[in-house]
Amino acid sequence: MYAIVAIGFNIIYSATGVLNFAQGEFVMLGGMVAITLASFLPVPVAVAVAVAIVTLFGCGLELVFFRRLRSHSILHMIIITIGLSIVIQELALHVWDEKVRSLPYFTGNEASSVKLLGAALSPQVIWVLGTAAIVVVLLQLFYKRTLYGRAMRACSSNLEAAMLVGINAGNMRTAAFGLSAGLGALAGCVISPISMTHYEMGPGLAIKGFAAAILGGLGNPMAAVVGGLTVGLIEAFSVSVIPSAFKDVAAFAILLAMLFLRPHGLFGRPSGVSVREV
Amino acid sequence: MLLQVRNLRCGYGSLEIVKGVSLHVDAGEIVTLLGANGAGKTSLLRAIAGLLPIWSGDIRVNLRSVVGEPPWTRISHAMMLVPEGRQLFGDMTVWENLLLGGYHNLDRKRAIEDVYERFPHLKGRLRQLAGTLSGGEQQMLALGRALVARPRLLLLDEPSLGLAPLMVREVFNCIKRLKEDGVTVFLVEQNAVAALEIADRAYVMETGEIILEGEAADLVTNPEVRRAYLGKGYKEIWE
Ligand SMILES: Nc1ncnc2c1ncn2[C@@H]1O[C@H](COP(=O)(O)OP(=O)(O)OP(=O)(O)O)[C@@H](O)[C@H]1O
Ligand SMILES: [Mg+2]
Repeated sequence: MYAIVAIGFNIIYSATGVLNFAQGEFVMLGGMVAITLASFLPVPVAVAVAVAIVTLFGCGLELVFFRRLRSHSILHMIIITIGLSIVIQELALHVWDEKVRSLPYFTGNEASSVKLLGAALSPQVIWVLGTAAIVVVLLQLFYKRTLYGRAMRACSSNLEAAMLVGINAGNMRTAAFGLSAGLGALAGCVISPISMTHYEMGPGLAIKGFAAAILGGLGNPMAAVVGGLTVGLIEAFSVSVIPSAFKDVAAFAILLAMLFLRPHGLFGRPSGVSVREV
Repeated sequence: MLLQVRNLRCGYGSLEIVKGVSLHVDAGEIVTLLGANGAGKTSLLRAIAGLLPIWSGDIRVNLRSVVGEPPWTRISHAMMLVPEGRQLFGDMTVWENLLLGGYHNLDRKRAIEDVYERFPHLKGRLRQLAGTLSGGEQQMLALGRALVARPRLLLLDEPSLGLAPLMVREVFNCIKRLKEDGVTVFLVEQNAVAALEIADRAYVMETGEIILEGEAADLVTNPEVRRAYLGKGYKEIWE
């Protein structure tokens, strides 16, 4: 779960060098929109439409708030994403009120379980893991095998050089926002039956996703998954050691420890410059 | 006239760096721009490439003004800048760098083959990360990446910077060959002797202004140029 949020961070970070603190809101919006649509559409259609809507929403955010920005300094952009996160939560509160909602289980229900390697898993967990796996593989292919994926990496590697070879940096940024919004929304849909959807769920997810992304090393979706699983596991185990009210502390602790000890992640290479002014 | 710059002014913040520069490059020429450190040569090239907004003046490629167009559209005018310090995609492979050079060139496979011919050395290192290449190899890759786009006008910002004498000679030979292949070159250089040797015409820039221009052969014998750029330092660089 955190893995997909972490991947979302990675996509925008890879293309723009920006940490999008509104990433958690994409997850929330995906869930909320799908739940609303599911009241009159079949669930698969609702999920697909919700992902499409949130993808467009992500593109729209970039076009409205980032495209016309005179200085694309990393710090400015990060501050805007924090602002957006707050505004989107407020809007969601007005549109959907503060009730906790959820999508129905994609297959089976709360009671059903699937035996896998001797462990009994809720079918929805399989959906979550399967979705994450497919997303990672497809993304990896996109980044490593396609011209556009490489162009997106080029923008993060050296933005000016990317522009010189003719890569439209503005469009790449829009595409990155759309892609990560869409994936966030997809995550929001598949986890909704288990973790519920709530207008305030974004920031907590963002912090944990960020911890996962940092743990794995920014700019690498595969590592983000490992980071995501690790954060999830540590969180689960920490409940048995410390009171569950402090469960969120675990993610923060990881985040801080990583930032101090290995800022480029467990798998990342030191990049020399960690924050570039563009 | 392939490139025409008229009365160009630009700078950073309120600090004017390029103070009304006019120059032109005709098709088929090698034109070099000389000048001491901090004269504003790189700033001028960045402005021409669209990376630095201009304050006033005009930039025309093929007689069409490109002022206000974003940097990524320059290649549609068949113009390409090889920036100061190479600016490779360091965490991507040599091959990916070449591929991205041809982002807009549908015939990029052929263009990449041509680059292998020009720089056979690169062909053995296609899977290596660009950031791990030696300085000379990086310069070859920077040139190669630009050439995959098949530019008609190539802007080069100090391609010999930081290279050993042998490598410097190789780079200049390569530029001469480019001219034979019909590429027009606008070359910014500190290495005045070598630049004047291959150039047709030259401009000399000082604190943001063009103070001298003429045939390269005439400038070599110009006492002022000799004093400022061919005097001390020349022997260490070239011998
Ligand atoms: N981003 C920047 N912000 C502020 N000032 C800058 C910036 N880039 C360059 N300058 C200033 O502009 C002036 C000209 O720099 P520029 O790089 O154009 O010179 P140059 O002729 O290319 O020098 P060199 O031969 O050393 O490469 C210098 O005084 C430099 O300090
Ligand atoms: Mg310079």
